[in-house]
Amino acid sequence: MIRIISLVALIIIALVAPFFFYPVFLMKALCFALFACAFNLLLGYVGLLSFGHAAFLGSAAYVTGHSMKVLGLPPELSILAGTGAAALLGLGFGWLAIRRQGIYFAMITLALSQMVFFFALQAPFTGGEDGIQAIPRGYLLGFIDLNNQLTLYYFVLAMFVFGWLVIYRTIHSPFGQVLKAIRENEPRAISLGYRTDQYKLMAFVLSAALSGMAGATKTLVFQLASLTDVHWHMSGEVVLMTLLGGMGTVFGPVVGAFLVVTIQNYLAQLGSWVTIIQGGIFVVCVLLFRRGIVGEAMALARKLRKKPEKEDAVS
Amino acid sequence: MASGEFVLETEGLSKEFKGFFAVRDVSLRVRKGDIHALIGPNGAGKTTVFNLLTKFLTPTAGRILYKGEEITKTGPADIARKGMVRSFQISAVFPHLSLLENVRIALQRELGTSFHFWKSDDSLSALNDRAMALLEAVGLTEFRNHTAGDLPYGRKRALEIAMALACEPRLLLLDEPTAGMTHEDIVRITDLIGRVSENRTVLMVEHNLSVVSNLSNVITVLQRGEILAEGPYEEVSKMPEVISAYLGTGHG
Repeated sequence: MIRIISLVALIIIALVAPFFFYPVFLMKALCFALFACAFNLLLGYVGLLSFGHAAFLGSAAYVTGHSMKVLGLPPELSILAGTGAAALLGLGFGWLAIRRQGIYFAMITLALSQMVFFFALQAPFTGGEDGIQAIPRGYLLGFIDLNNQLTLYYFVLAMFVFGWLVIYRTIHSPFGQVLKAIRENEPRAISLGYRTDQYKLMAFVLSAALSGMAGATKTLVFQLASLTDVHWHMSGEVVLMTLLGGMGTVFGPVVGAFLVVTIQNYLAQLGSWVTIIQGGIFVVCVLLFRRGIVGEAMALARKLRKKPEKEDAVS
Repeated sequence: MASGEFVLETEGLSKEFKGFFAVRDVSLRVRKGDIHALIGPNGAGKTTVFNLLTKFLTPTAGRILYKGEEITKTGPADIARKGMVRSFQISAVFPHLSLLENVRIALQRELGTSFHFWKSDDSLSALNDRAMALLEAVGLTEFRNHTAGDLPYGRKRALEIAMALACEPRLLLLDEPTAGMTHEDIVRITDLIGRVSENRTVLMVEHNLSVVSNLSNVITVLQRGEILAEGPYEEVSKMPEVISAYLGTGHG
């Protein structure tokens, strides 16, 4: 019952939010929330720490930007192209990276994403340091004008909700069950007959594709695809968002993303101090509340209820 | 002898770690229906042999045959699919999932939906009855909704056996099933292994000789990576070389 009420409340807040907050800020936060959720699918539910997720966000941003501006394709096809490109890239990167575990996995993903960064810097059609600028937003399905900020907001919200639902379903699916088994004890999952590499690869591709969807949507919002999107800072930021909000929870990355984007936006006048503040928050998070905001809140709620219930944080 | 009589055979199995032979020229035959125990003092290579058989290690030399089929190069997940299921020395359950979910993961592969990320996990409740039956078989019915990580050690091992049984193994490989257990737990697990070994073959690595003498019909004694003796417990336990190998480590 409480669940339904809070869900309805969330939907209402999401629908009226653009009348109270700056819509571009909200859209940015939603795009990053989707990005963090996609990343969390891999970190929180398979136990794989990728340090190269910017590659998927960024490559999708470039492909979508190119498709809109140069090829003149409609936004729905451009987003599809960006998402598809990220999925393909994820297939290649995943295929290489899942052979290794732990820090080696993280390093391989980092190295591969740096290659994407240099490609974006050097390739003739990515605009080098400038990126792709002034990307038109176009008309969704030919008649919905995305230049209207409110329309665009609801479109971004719909993309976010769709992506989030895909992740939610994945986590609560027969496939998700195997992923959790791999996260908890991979040798055991193998000994039960699961070819775990295939499951990890599939999860990697899903995560890459959804990160790409976030990147593609972001391109429409800012009308820009730039090196920031493929820079390793971006890969680090998504780790921060996920850990801060609570990895392995379905809402944690959303909270984390909104928090980090808020800090960046509202403390922007402090200049480079923002990075220091972020770093400080990260240290506090790791030292004091390792489960992240949502993770800790859920642990507290469980303690208060004191019922021997199934642990939501990991299910 | 007809090869159909043996479920598992090895020929000249060896494993070398940088010049050191942990296992040397082991030729083992596990007869169908037996409870076969692999014993030996610490460092004799029991666990290495076990990991070679379960494909978690690759042999330096030698062959492994399962039901007459060569599996030397088959992957660990694939031998499980053929019906050769192992347990682990340190209890290996999925700690944050419930007991029911643990067993269901072992069962769900056969549904063929394990890659279906778009399907609800409610579809797995079709397995609940069988999962409950398995939990009942190992005496864990009342804990079905508990988190597996919260179980006491002995019960975790019981859960692990339920998960192995869910795969309907022809050959069950148990790695020190009573290691680190209290006396009551040992009695319970010994009893459980005795029950589940009907209609299947069990190969176990075991330290506890009273468990071995109660359960197994054949034992193989390893020492320094090589087979020292093989045969029924009564015979092998009287051999002077076996006694001396064991006296050195204080086991008896």
